[in-house]
Amino acid sequence: MSQERLLRLGLAISAPLLALVAAFAITSLVLIAAGDPVGEVWSTILSVPASRNFANIVNNATVLYLSGIAVAVGFRMNLFNIGVDGQYRVAAFIAAVVAGEAWLPGHLNTVLAIAAAMLAGAMWAGIAGLLRATRGVSEVISTIMLNFIATGLVAYFLRKAAVRTPGSNTLATKEIPEGSRIPNISIGDGPGQDLYGFLVIAAVVGFAYWFLLNRTRFGFDLRATGQSGTAAVASGINVRRMTIAAMLISGAVAGLVGMPILFGSAYSYGSTFQSGLGFAGIAIALLGRNNPIGIAVGALLFAYLNEQSNPLQILVGVSPDIVAITQGTIVLTVVISYEVVRRFGIRLEQQAVARALTEPPPARPSSPNEEVSA
Amino acid sequence: MSTRIDVRTDKAATRRFPRRYVVLAAIVLTLAAMSILEMITGAGDLTSSGTIAATMVATAPIMLAALGGLWSERAGIVNIGLEGMMILGTYGAGYFGYHYGAWAGVVGAIMMGMIGGLVHAVATVVFGIDHIISGVAINIIALGAVQYLASLTFVGLPGGGSTQSPKIPNVPSITIGPLRDALGTVEKQDLFVVSEAAALLRAMVTNLSSLVLIALLALVLSYVVLWRTSFGLRLRSCGESPAAAESLGIKVMRYKFVAVLISGGMAGLGGGFLAMVASSNYRDGQTGGRGYIGLAAMIFGNWRPSGLLAGSGLFGYTETLGLRQGGTSVHALLLALAVLALAAAVWQARQGLMRAAIISGSVAVAIGALYAAIDEVPGDFTRMTPYVITLLVLAFASQRLRMPAADGQIYRKGSAG
Repeated sequence: MSQERLLRLGLAISAPLLALVAAFAITSLVLIAAGDPVGEVWSTILSVPASRNFANIVNNATVLYLSGIAVAVGFRMNLFNIGVDGQYRVAAFIAAVVAGEAWLPGHLNTVLAIAAAMLAGAMWAGIAGLLRATRGVSEVISTIMLNFIATGLVAYFLRKAAVRTPGSNTLATKEIPEGSRIPNISIGDGPGQDLYGFLVIAAVVGFAYWFLLNRTRFGFDLRATGQSGTAAVASGINVRRMTIAAMLISGAVAGLVGMPILFGSAYSYGSTFQSGLGFAGIAIALLGRNNPIGIAVGALLFAYLNEQSNPLQILVGVSPDIVAITQGTIVLTVVISYEVVRRFGIRLEQQAVARALTEPPPARPSSPNEEVSA
Repeated sequence: MSTRIDVRTDKAATRRFPRRYVVLAAIVLTLAAMSILEMITGAGDLTSSGTIAATMVATAPIMLAALGGLWSERAGIVNIGLEGMMILGTYGAGYFGYHYGAWAGVVGAIMMGMIGGLVHAVATVVFGIDHIISGVAINIIALGAVQYLASLTFVGLPGGGSTQSPKIPNVPSITIGPLRDALGTVEKQDLFVVSEAAALLRAMVTNLSSLVLIALLALVLSYVVLWRTSFGLRLRSCGESPAAAESLGIKVMRYKFVAVLISGGMAGLGGGFLAMVASSNYRDGQTGGRGYIGLAAMIFGNWRPSGLLAGSGLFGYTETLGLRQGGTSVHALLLALAVLALAAAVWQARQGLMRAAIISGSVAVAIGALYAAIDEVPGDFTRMTPYVITLLVLAFASQRLRMPAADGQIYRKGSAG
């Protein structure tokens, strides 16, 4: 049977490899068609990152990881939480206000602010969950609308809550007192070589995600509902409650997305706070197949591409936006190659069965399981 | 959707008045309501011809995106990549419009949108992957692609740069001079309903971009093709029951593929409209989520051309009000919303739905109180209006919506068995 296991392992590895190769090939084709130097672009991107770049990659990956986990919680229940973008911005703003006001001393303040962020993210996602559970509104549309509403609301309240730093045009909340910041982990001498201390919390979140979904009754119910709503109802699961719960958890994790930046480098929420992290999370969750380790790999890959493409404009005169094409293409090719490899695997199994039986059974069209996102 | 609701709508359909009277009555009633609202609140810009003209410009791209959604979802393919296809369209209009003239820009926008549609079709129809995943990926790719292409092709051109194209020529617009002046006099008379109607007509004969006409034509054509030809019937059957369609010999995959291509073309044209009519060049981030809004408008419109026109008109109108002295206008709309909610509460109470009536009633009271409490709605909130309205409509009307039965499902060739 070891040969069969080897085959299965080979298939599992070949899918993401195939996807990466295809995405790189498509990007190269775009570069060639545009007349840009393909070789120099790749040698720049694939060079070994310096210590400072390494810190940036890990920090960026920490943030993307949380975003990916938030999306993945929804995916496990067949819920498409496109609203992570709005959820993390609402949450980061509220956390920044709470932490800036410093009602509690030291790290109690940090804990309070993070709790507020998780609550805010959960509430914002909960609206979509409630609408889905009670009114049957597709969470895809409602979370998109909630993203736009979040943008407006945060802009409005930011103007109300902001303190103006003299000589600066940007609006920002009150800065978090030094005692409430999360200390960074230094990996070298000199500036820019610090890893977010929040990295540890992100790892804990990843473990909690795995434990909750794979080792608890709740997680089993959630996955069961995601795979078959009717089967879940038949076994006594309250699907509405699960929908709301899944959205609340997803939103709570989404609330954490902005926290590494807030407590590790920005120390306040301003109009320049990093945006677009939610959409990257969708791509990363897909890339990591909703597996906590896979999501970490996906987050590192995306962060790596982002960081390594930065000097492209200066070094080879190519716009770094080219990696957005690579990243988007990876999402497509990953899903496609898993589908292709899965069908290939099914065909291999069918052939094996056919060989094992002396008389091959009459040809029956395969009815592959339609799950792709799970 | 439960069968009970389907039966009820069918019964209602047989008793309905001829459609054209309903549409006409709706227009007159809306104008009358707006007229009354203007009188009560004193917000004068709600129905001026300027507002209406701006509304048409704001509505057209949303409507084109919604049409794109209609084509693909009627064939059973959810298209959340409309936003990306619109983005591709803005670039197409910028590049081809600058180099080869206005109409080449229009064609370029449609072509670029169709490229996005092609990717979506290959991913969802040929490879059979999840429609939403493919759409999300297309949005990411399209954004990166146009930013990359813009810095490749627009940098160094006069007025161009990595975030915008040079100024592009506009398509011709139409003005019927005498009619415009005559209607202008009527509009100024301040007659109940008549002035509003005159403003509406005047906006249609003053500086009307030919792309607005083309967009309307696309709407009418889509209706005729999808509901009045056998091609359309077959295409819709792929969205309702692909297995049944295939068993009748329809090439399901081919129909789906074509539908998604047309969908991309429509969205691309919408993007081109943004670059050429609503603005005068391609700019980074020009679509501002209108692809998503178009999708929402189509759902709002119950996957029907007339409904999606109403939906995109509503979004276009609130967007316009948000831009033109939005504070007072949206404030006036609050009153209308409160009255509507109250009417809904009364209607629900008469239907015996007491719980729903109480909810609607409290919503009405809350909005009314808000109207009384403030004089003007802050800018950030006026910009949110379309999204809040979408959420409300979906929350209160989603039970009455019926999407194509096999929408979003992955269909493999030969599944009919």
